[in-house]
Amino acid sequence: MSDKPRKQVHLAAHFPGVNNTTVWSDPESGSQTDFSSFAHLARTAERGKFDFFFLAEGLRLREHRGQIFDLDVVGRPDSLTVLSALAAVTDRIGLAATLNTTFNEPYELARQFATLDHLSNGRAAWNAVTSPDAFTGENFRRGGFLERSLRYDRAGEFITATRALWDSWADDAVLADAESGVFVDDGSIGTFHHGGDEFAISGEFNVPRSPQGRPVQIQAGDSDGGRELAAQQADVIFSRHSGWDDGRAFFADVKRRLATYGRSPEDLKIVPAAVAFLGDDREDALEKAAHIRRQQVSPQGAIAFLEQVWGRDLSTYDPDGPLPDIDPDISAEITRGRVRHEQDSLSVAEKWRHIAETKHLSIRELIIEVTTRSAFVGSPKEVAHLINDHVQGDAADGYILVPHITPHGLDEFVDKVVPELQDLGVFRTDYEGPTLRDHLGLTRPRSSIAAGVSSRHWSLA
Amino acid sequence: MTETSNAEIHIGVSIDGAGRHPGAWREPGADPQRLFTAEHTVDLAQLAERGLLDYVSLDDSFRLQSDRRDHVRGQLDALLTLARVAPQTTSIGLVATVTTTHTEPFHVSKNLATLDFVSLGRAGWLVDVSTTEAEAFHFGRRTVASPADLYAEAGEAIDVVSQLWDSWDDDAVIRDVTTGRYLDRDKLHVTNFEGRFFSVRGPSITPRSPQGQSIVVVDAVNELALDVGIERADVILVHPASITEAAEMRERIGRGLVAAARTPEDVSVLAVIDVQLADSTAAAVAARARLDAWAGPLPGESLEHIGTADALADLLATWAEAGVVDGFHVRPATLPDTLNRFVDDVVPLLQQRGVYRTEYEGTTLRDHFGLERPTSRYATTEHRGSR
Repeated sequence: MSDKPRKQVHLAAHFPGVNNTTVWSDPESGSQTDFSSFAHLARTAERGKFDFFFLAEGLRLREHRGQIFDLDVVGRPDSLTVLSALAAVTDRIGLAATLNTTFNEPYELARQFATLDHLSNGRAAWNAVTSPDAFTGENFRRGGFLERSLRYDRAGEFITATRALWDSWADDAVLADAESGVFVDDGSIGTFHHGGDEFAISGEFNVPRSPQGRPVQIQAGDSDGGRELAAQQADVIFSRHSGWDDGRAFFADVKRRLATYGRSPEDLKIVPAAVAFLGDDREDALEKAAHIRRQQVSPQGAIAFLEQVWGRDLSTYDPDGPLPDIDPDISAEITRGRVRHEQDSLSVAEKWRHIAETKHLSIRELIIEVTTRSAFVGSPKEVAHLINDHVQGDAADGYILVPHITPHGLDEFVDKVVPELQDLGVFRTDYEGPTLRDHLGLTRPRSSIAAGVSSRHWSLA
Repeated sequence: MTETSNAEIHIGVSIDGAGRHPGAWREPGADPQRLFTAEHTVDLAQLAERGLLDYVSLDDSFRLQSDRRDHVRGQLDALLTLARVAPQTTSIGLVATVTTTHTEPFHVSKNLATLDFVSLGRAGWLVDVSTTEAEAFHFGRRTVASPADLYAEAGEAIDVVSQLWDSWDDDAVIRDVTTGRYLDRDKLHVTNFEGRFFSVRGPSITPRSPQGQSIVVVDAVNELALDVGIERADVILVHPASITEAAEMRERIGRGLVAAARTPEDVSVLAVIDVQLADSTAAAVAARARLDAWAGPLPGESLEHIGTADALADLLATWAEAGVVDGFHVRPATLPDTLNRFVDDVVPLLQQRGVYRTEYEGTTLRDHFGLERPTSRYATTEHRGSR
C-alpha cells in the first residue's frame, strides 16, 4: 500500500429508510416525513463535508401476508421534491434521488433531474433502478405491462434516451442578449430523436443544459451484467459489499473492467452502504451496537422475518423460544414490495437451525445474528482508522453511511469521526468545488452535440 | 365567496420567466441570464410575499414554448422550482402547474403532497392538459386525444390524486412499541380507483400532508376546463373582458356548483388580468409599444390593464365590491418591474380601501382562502383493536 498515493475517502449519507435498519421506537426518533428531519440530516452531512445525501424509493407499500407491513417505518415523501427543497437549505452537498425506470418516462424524468441540477447549482445525482412490475404496477396507469426480462432492456434504453435529452442543448446555447434580441442562437435547440423497442420519442427538450451537463449517474447493480454496464457508464456504484474480503473482491472486479471502455479507475467511485457503531472504546461501542440491533429486530419483527423464509404464519411462535420444527412452505411468497435475494428457503432454514442449535439462540437472537452485516465498530478514532484502512486497501472508495435514527443519527459521526479522518489527511476539510462532480473528482461530460457523436445504446442486466 | 359588504379579495400572481410579455426579457430590469436559476424565482416569490398575496403560480408544459429566437425558450419543472422556493418563504401559497395527459396520477399525488410537506401547508395544483402533437411525440405513448377526452382525463386525474391524498388517515402512524407496530394499517386505505383512463390501487406511499387536500386550481381557458373547475376545483380562474361578463360568469358558475352538489362558498372565482404598470398611462402605453416592437404583441384573451397603479387598484376594488369575483389572478407583463409596482403601489391602495389583508391570518394556502382543513373521506374514528 505504501507505494501508492494515499486515496481520499468519499462519504455520503443515506436518509434512514423504510426497513428495519431504521429504529422508530427509540424516544430520540423523530419524524420520517417532516422536512425538518431531512434538512437536519442533509445539513449535518454537509457540515461533515460529505459528497452527497441519498434518498431511496419504493412506489408501493410493502406487504406481508397480504397486508401492509406495519412493523417498520412506512411511508415517505417524493425524493426529487424533497431534494429540491433541500437545495435551498444547503450549499454544496450533492443531492441523490433513486428513480425507477419502469414507472417513469424519459422526457419527464430528464426534465426533473435537469431542473434539480439547475436549482442546486450542479448537485444532482440519479440512482437508476428497476422494480418488480405487476405488484407496483397496480398503482400506475400502464399496470404490470413489463416482462421481468424486459425491465432491464427498458432501463438501458431509458438511460440512453435521457442522455440524448440532456445533451440536446449546447452548453452555451442560451445567449439571452437583450441588446441584439437573441435569446437562443440555434433554431434547432433541444432537438432529439430516440428510436428503440421501448421508446420511440422525438422532438425538442425544453430545459437548457444544466451545470453538471448531466446528473451524476449512480447504479446499484450487482450481477455480472450490471457490473459490466456500471463499468461502462456509471459514475458511482452503490454496492452492498461493505466488508473487507467481499469489498476487495467487488472493487477489483469492477475496476478491472473499466479499461475496456477507455476509463480509468478514478472515473467510477465504489461506495458501499455501511453502518458505524460508535462508543467511548470498542467495548462500549459493541454494547451500544448490541442495544441498537435489538431495537432493530423487535420480537414481532423477528417473527415476520422468519415468516419470509418459512412462507407461513408463525405468529403463534415465541420470539424468545426455539425455531419452528415445521419446514418452510417453498411455494409461498408472502412478502412483496421489497428487494429479495433469492435463495432456497429449505436450505436457509437448515442453515439457520444449525446456527441456532450451535449457539443456543432464540428466534429473535437468531434473526439478529443472521441479519447483522459488517459494520465499523469502535471509538471515533478506531472507526476512522477502519474506514481509512478499507479505502486504502481498495475495499472501497468510500461509504454511504446508513444511520439508524432520524434526524440525529449522523451527528456523532460528523462531530467525532470526520475530524479524525481529516487528521489522517484522507478527507477534505472543505469543499473544493461547487458541484457534485467536483466532490467526486469526475469530469463534466461534453454534450454529444459539442462532441459530434451520437449516444450509444446499452442495457442494464 | 365573500359578502359584497365586506369584499376582501384574493390575489394570486404568475411569476413565469421574465413576465407575461414575450419581449419582457429584454427590459432593463429583467436580468435574463438568471432565468434558469433558483434565485430568480425565490426573489419573485419573496416579493409577492411582501405584498401579502395569496399565492404565486408557475406554468409548466412538456414542450418548448416558442420557435422564435427572440423569445425565451426553456422552462424548469414548476413543482420542483416551487419546492426550492418553499424553505425561503413562510406564508405565500405555491401553486404549481402539473399536467395530467402524459403523467401518472400516482406521481402527481405524492409530488404535490410532498410540496405541501416542504412548504408546511402551502401547496396548490394548477391542473392543465397537454394538447399538442409535439408533447405526444415526446412521450411516444399515444396520439393526441380529443379535447373532450383530455379534460375528462384531467377530471379523473383530480379524483385519483384527491383520493390518494386521503388514503392515509392523519393519525395512521402510531409508533406503538408494545405491539411493535409503527403504523395502524386499518388507517390506510386501498383507493382502488377504476375509471375510463386510470386504474390506481393505492394507498399512496406518502402520508397525509399538512393541508390534507392541497388547493386545486383550474384555469377556465375553455368550456371543458370550466366544467372540470366547477366539478372539482377550489379556485377557478376566469377570463371575463368586462364587469358584465364577470357577473354572468359568476352566475353561471354558481348555478353549476349547485348542480354539482357543491357549496358555492367553498369555491373562489378569480379573474385573470394581464397587467402593465407605469407612473402614467402614457408611460405604460409607451413601455408596451416598445415590448410589442421587440417581440410581437401579447396574445390577448384576457382582461388587460396598461396604466397606473391608482387606476388598477380602482378597477380591482370596483369589481370586488360589486361581488362579481372573489379576486384576481394577476399576470405581470414584466418581471420583476410590474410586480414591484403592484406590491409597492397597488396593494397599499387596496388595503386603504379595506378590500385587502394587512397581514397573513393563517399559515396555509387553505387558510388564505378561508377553507377548513378537511378530514379524510376514509377516516376511521372508531377504535380498532390491536391484532
